[in-house]
Amino acid sequence: MRIVVVGASLAGLRAAQALRAAGHADEVVVIGDEARRPYTRPPLSKELLVGDHTVEQCDFPSGELDVEWRLGVAAVGLDRDAREVVLEDGARVPYDRLIVATGCRARPWTGPGAELDGLHTLRDLDDALALRAALTDGRPRVAVVGAGFVGAEVASTARRLGLDVTLIDVAPHPLLPLGPLLGGRTAGMHRERGVDLKLSMGVEGFRGDDHVEAVVLADGSEIAADVVVVALGAIPNTDWLAGSGLTLDPGLVCDATLTSLDDPDVLGAGDVVSWPHPLADDTTIRVEHWTNAAEQGAAAARNALAPPAERTPYRAAPYFWSDQYDVKIQAVGLPGRAERIELVEQSPEGDRLVAVGVRDGRVVAAIAFNAVRRLAWYRRQLADPPAFEKLAAAVAEDPRSLGAPVQADAAGAAAQGGPAR
Amino acid sequence: MKVHVDMNLCQAHGECVFAAPDVFELHDDDSLTWVEEIGEDRRAEVEQAIQVCPMMAIKLEG
Repeated sequence: MRIVVVGASLAGLRAAQALRAAGHADEVVVIGDEARRPYTRPPLSKELLVGDHTVEQCDFPSGELDVEWRLGVAAVGLDRDAREVVLEDGARVPYDRLIVATGCRARPWTGPGAELDGLHTLRDLDDALALRAALTDGRPRVAVVGAGFVGAEVASTARRLGLDVTLIDVAPHPLLPLGPLLGGRTAGMHRERGVDLKLSMGVEGFRGDDHVEAVVLADGSEIAADVVVVALGAIPNTDWLAGSGLTLDPGLVCDATLTSLDDPDVLGAGDVVSWPHPLADDTTIRVEHWTNAAEQGAAAARNALAPPAERTPYRAAPYFWSDQYDVKIQAVGLPGRAERIELVEQSPEGDRLVAVGVRDGRVVAAIAFNAVRRLAWYRRQLADPPAFEKLAAAVAEDPRSLGAPVQADAAGAAAQGGPAR
Repeated sequence: MKVHVDMNLCQAHGECVFAAPDVFELHDDDSLTWVEEIGEDRRAEVEQAIQVCPMMAIKLEG
């Protein structure tokens, strides 16, 4: 059985490794549009960007993996009748089972000024190297549009490089899925480190002759900038599947076993997949996090080797992290689906905390700031989401809790960005 | 088999603890300890831990 993996990043790599680990001895082809072997992306906004890591330190070990690499050539079509992947150079790669792991691309700015030099997005290694070159060329003024995880991390890195940074978002606080309390703390963290935050503020466009000179805000004011990082989220790479007859939303829509709804010989893994999740009441979610890509790659590979009736669901609670300054933010579950975020424990100094996301009275997410040891306990609870009151009572009695959460007025101060003590 | 963790790389994500709870342990100060010498019965879970470590900090020898 010939298995073709389209996408040569984390999910595709872990799929190929899992096929071999499971004893699959037939052909495995891995197709990727970048010329490089798979590398890890989290350092691109942090360690690589600041200069602590080299490019080589981002490479995954893949030298001993016995697969046929087809790198530097994008898949542009899928012919399911012929069971072939069509490549941009016209080649057709036949498959018996196909694993779609084409990930996402950065959402570009398409409004006024999109043609200017000095606008960056950050998704792949070339993007990161271009941005690093721009950030280390003199002392540029940096504007980051979008205060999600990538934007907030880039702002943090640019401050580490000693640059003047403006972080702009139309939302009232950074890290929208984490809610106003934690988003407010994050805003305070950036302000304390000298970032100029422009929140609840839209962007009209960018002004300049050839090179960007300023960000034009919705209120007509301008922010002078030499480097602009557009961090407006990501779009699943499923254009090549248009016309294939596979259901796209625009992610590849799969069942609980990561199998396409339309074709048992097509499976998916990583950022590109929409699949039903128990924490979302079995509605479909799409998750753009490292661990999800790693685990789904392996899970899709194991399922690709099994007949459809014997495939197993993938239902792990999503895990992600973000490093900003000296704060490690970690979360499990689906904070973006929570109706409210409740602080459940906090150190007396206020620098470590755990909050949970609650939906329909049940805990669907836990978010930790500098509290990795505590998060493991919450992660186990999410296997069978407890009622919020039950979990809060258990935390209150746990001698290893960081401490009772701050009072409402202090939480209000935290939401405004002040120190929570 | 010997388990190695490069503590210069480790950032205490805790993924290994989740994948191989009998081998890796996180402590209250967020430091990591692990069983250095493991038997064949623990190989699969340590390999899983290697796969999900975001920092590529874990290695298995022997």
